[in-house]
Amino acid sequence: MMEYGAPIIENVFGISWLSVNLSNVLMIIVTSAIVFILSVLGARKLQMKPTGAQNVMEWVLDFVKGIVNDTMDWKTGKQFLPLAITLFTFILVGNMLGVITTGVYDGEVWWTSPTANPGITLTLSSMVIILSHYYGIKLRGTGHYIKSYFTPVWFLFPIKLIEEFANTLTLGLRLFGNIFAGGVLLALLVTLTTTGPIGFIGGAIPFLAWQGFSVFIGGIQAFIFTILSMVYIAHKVTVD
Amino acid sequence: MLGGFHLIDMAVMLFFFLILVYLVSKFAWGPVMNMMQEREEYVANEIDAAEASRKEAEKASAEALERLTQTKQEAQKIIEDAKSAGVKQEQDIIASAQKEAERIKLSAQEEIQNEKDKALQALQEKVASLSVLIASKVIEKEISAQDQDKLISDYIKEVGEER
Repeated sequence: MMEYGAPIIENVFGISWLSVNLSNVLMIIVTSAIVFILSVLGARKLQMKPTGAQNVMEWVLDFVKGIVNDTMDWKTGKQFLPLAITLFTFILVGNMLGVITTGVYDGEVWWTSPTANPGITLTLSSMVIILSHYYGIKLRGTGHYIKSYFTPVWFLFPIKLIEEFANTLTLGLRLFGNIFAGGVLLALLVTLTTTGPIGFIGGAIPFLAWQGFSVFIGGIQAFIFTILSMVYIAHKVTVD
Repeated sequence: MLGGFHLIDMAVMLFFFLILVYLVSKFAWGPVMNMMQEREEYVANEIDAAEASRKEAEKASAEALERLTQTKQEAQKIIEDAKSAGVKQEQDIIASAQKEAERIKLSAQEEIQNEKDKALQALQEKVASLSVLIASKVIEKEISAQDQDKLISDYIKEVGEER
């Protein structure tokens, strides 16, 4: 198996700790653009009697609305619908991009899932957790927010504190792990198909099977990330 | 590199994600949701309108039924009126016919009586003239002087007694 590098630039602007993975930047832009274009195309020519793309859009909207509704009441939840729907579509499209194709240029992997990078997924999960704290304070007040760390009993405070970081880590790393592992196995199988006729036959069928399974995992992980984000937010904003 | 993370990647991710949230909710999901809301309201309105028109139709039908019953009753009444008017007219006609017949009968009887009287009178006159004629003939032939005297005296006597 050949090892591919990543287009990483170190010491940006001469700052020793500042670095960038250009592949990630590219894929973030590509994924965002695809999500935006698909959403806007789907929302064109909206009619009372939905047809074609509008049906898909409404189905996605109802699906995400269902996720939000499962975790909190709609009055509180409707303000998180844009966040949930963007999380879902962005992660879904990002997952699919890596499953369908992987692009290598000049020995460096440029085209892969943005969600196969722990930095990206942890950014998303941190954003969700920070938003949950922000809305927790905004919707229930600072008193309630602080009190929630000491209920039902005060000595649970350290555990509750750890919980916040654990949530962030598990939320991000779950997505990264699933997609990264899927990508690694796909890359292995691709390498196997290039070893010869027997390798091709032995690799092609598992490759197709694993690709199909990765599509499934990509969908499931997008769903899990969205619903867990909503659960964490609901945990902070709803009055028990 | 800081702890294995590329900070610019993370910043780009955050930046693009927040922009994406804003853009898709403004240009895609917002309009879709508005349309769904609009449809929901439309459907609710349609249901209300259908309910209202159903009620109206029920009311109209009840009214029509009532009108129909009323009309039937009126028609019945008209028929009965016509029947009773017919009966009355029939009786009137019969009564007037009877009266007329009575009148004709009476006048006919009167005329018969008149004719009878007239005939009687004519007959009496005829009888009187005939008897005078016969008497004169008889007298001419058979009366004697003696009888003539007697007759005259009797006559005078009668006249005198009558006085």
